[in-house]
Amino acid sequence: MKIAVLVKQVPGSESPLPMVSSQDWLDESQVAYIMNESDNYALEEALQIREKNNDGEVVIISLGPNRIQKVIREALSKGADRAIHIQTDGSYPTDPLVTASLFSETLKDENFDLIFSGLQSDDLGFGQTGVLLGELLNMSTATLAMSTEIIDNKIKVKRELEAGYFQWVTMSLPASISVQSGCNTPRYPSLKGIMGAKKKEINVITPPVMDQNQSIKKIYAPNSAKETVMVEGSVDQIVEKLVNIFRNEIKIT
Amino acid sequence: MDILIIIEDNNGKSHRMGLESIAAAQHMSDKLGLSASAMVMGKNADSLASEASAYDLDEVLVLKHDLLNEYSSDGYAEAVKQIIESENPTYILFGHSYQVRDYVPKISAKLMRPFLADSIAIHFDEKNVSLTKQMFNAKLLSDINPSGDAPYLISFQSASFLSDDAKTGSATSREVSVMLDSSMIKTDSEEPFKEASGGVDLTAAELIVSVGRGIGKEENIPMAQELAAALGAELSSSRPVVDSGWLSPSHQVGSSGQSVSPKMYLSLGISGAIQHVVGMKASKNIVAINKDPEAPIFEIADYAVIGDLLEIVPKLTEALQ
Repeated sequence: MKIAVLVKQVPGSESPLPMVSSQDWLDESQVAYIMNESDNYALEEALQIREKNNDGEVVIISLGPNRIQKVIREALSKGADRAIHIQTDGSYPTDPLVTASLFSETLKDENFDLIFSGLQSDDLGFGQTGVLLGELLNMSTATLAMSTEIIDNKIKVKRELEAGYFQWVTMSLPASISVQSGCNTPRYPSLKGIMGAKKKEINVITPPVMDQNQSIKKIYAPNSAKETVMVEGSVDQIVEKLVNIFRNEIKIT
Repeated sequence: MDILIIIEDNNGKSHRMGLESIAAAQHMSDKLGLSASAMVMGKNADSLASEASAYDLDEVLVLKHDLLNEYSSDGYAEAVKQIIESENPTYILFGHSYQVRDYVPKISAKLMRPFLADSIAIHFDEKNVSLTKQMFNAKLLSDINPSGDAPYLISFQSASFLSDDAKTGSATSREVSVMLDSSMIKTDSEEPFKEASGGVDLTAAELIVSVGRGIGKEENIPMAQELAAALGAELSSSRPVVDSGWLSPSHQVGSSGQSVSPKMYLSLGISGAIQHVVGMKASKNIVAINKDPEAPIFEIADYAVIGDLLEIVPKLTEALQ
């Protein structure tokens, strides 16, 4: 079983997000980056399948500038076997179809049985790349996976639907599955894993430049639509004000 | 055809986002002088068509096929792709539902045309459009321009347009057809099911105290429970708390959990990711405590406390007792 995992490096949830003066991207020098949350779950799902089958290979695929090698090493230290870094200089695509096309060009001769991805990235959040890539490579696809099971040459996926419903979907391999956060318990890297990761191969590829059909014109902070009352002061003052708001404004009896 | 709205089936009735898409399309057609039509498909196509034809639209396309009776991403993507090729719409509008996330990217890949997903607003500059999208966990917004030749696939986030704003009228129905065969459908789907939740029904709650990742660790959950008890409120949570196993899934509020509209929603350490906000933004009063002043929950809060919930909550409980 040969499994690819799409991993993205994104700003952490507490990172500052300062913008460059042209207002079309972040000033990356001030951003604290981490592995995209749902990608952790995608990697764990792949590692568990490899371990259950006692055979196979887990390959990390990531696109971006050199800084992303930090999350690639992190994924290798958790147990992935090797990595492919599609290296972009500075700006990287903001059109998910371009991203997926670059992945597809890179992966088409690797003949993966499975591709795992997180359901969406915590930066741009298009939530499409796994499905786009699956379709470009003529694979079966499924999204919002909560658990998976390999049966013969098929994969059975429990999908999350809306309003608390779920559904089992079975499909032939190869398949591209994007997973929901919370579908498993991602592992931490072991010390041995961290040491071993240093020797693992990262194949760096320079992709062709492709025309984008959706591009970011401007990034800006949202204007709060609501009048928000700021409750400020010392802890005791805040508590007193909140009790007053509960009783006299929201009128909780 | 200028604008084509794809209306999703929700057990024989339009998905609420389908009506919101009609409102979005009518807004676009007013601004750009374009015509708007809708399409319904699947086993409930007739009842969906009669619902859609009561709106101010040019036409309602009705697509029936044995292979579209049950949803499959392959079948739906191929069907909509063929209709786009035969009807030539410039814009195809969807509600950003779970189903749309599952199959619409496939259409994008088949046609090699962009899918502007999860938009929250549309702007017009002469004949050009740009779409606003939340990015970086809803902390920033971006305006995105589609380019290249039509068609453009666009989905709008829940409640970006209001279904009440959809203008009524009368549209004629027209049957359309596609060529599908079973070899195109690579998935085999079982019946949808609900897991025994062991039930906290939050939908009718008057008061809710809700905890997020900012609660820090499982050992701090009782602190929130005590505050809820002091207020006579139900306890709920955002997804990360459930994912960590600190509360059962039946406590979850958001797109994959329950949708609530209490008199007060007191959120503790919840950042306010889109998936959570869609489940609670109808609350009458939103009080948010979070130590991160940039947390998007403050965008929708009526009362905002930037501070450490671990210090505030125990004292607040004490003051209420």
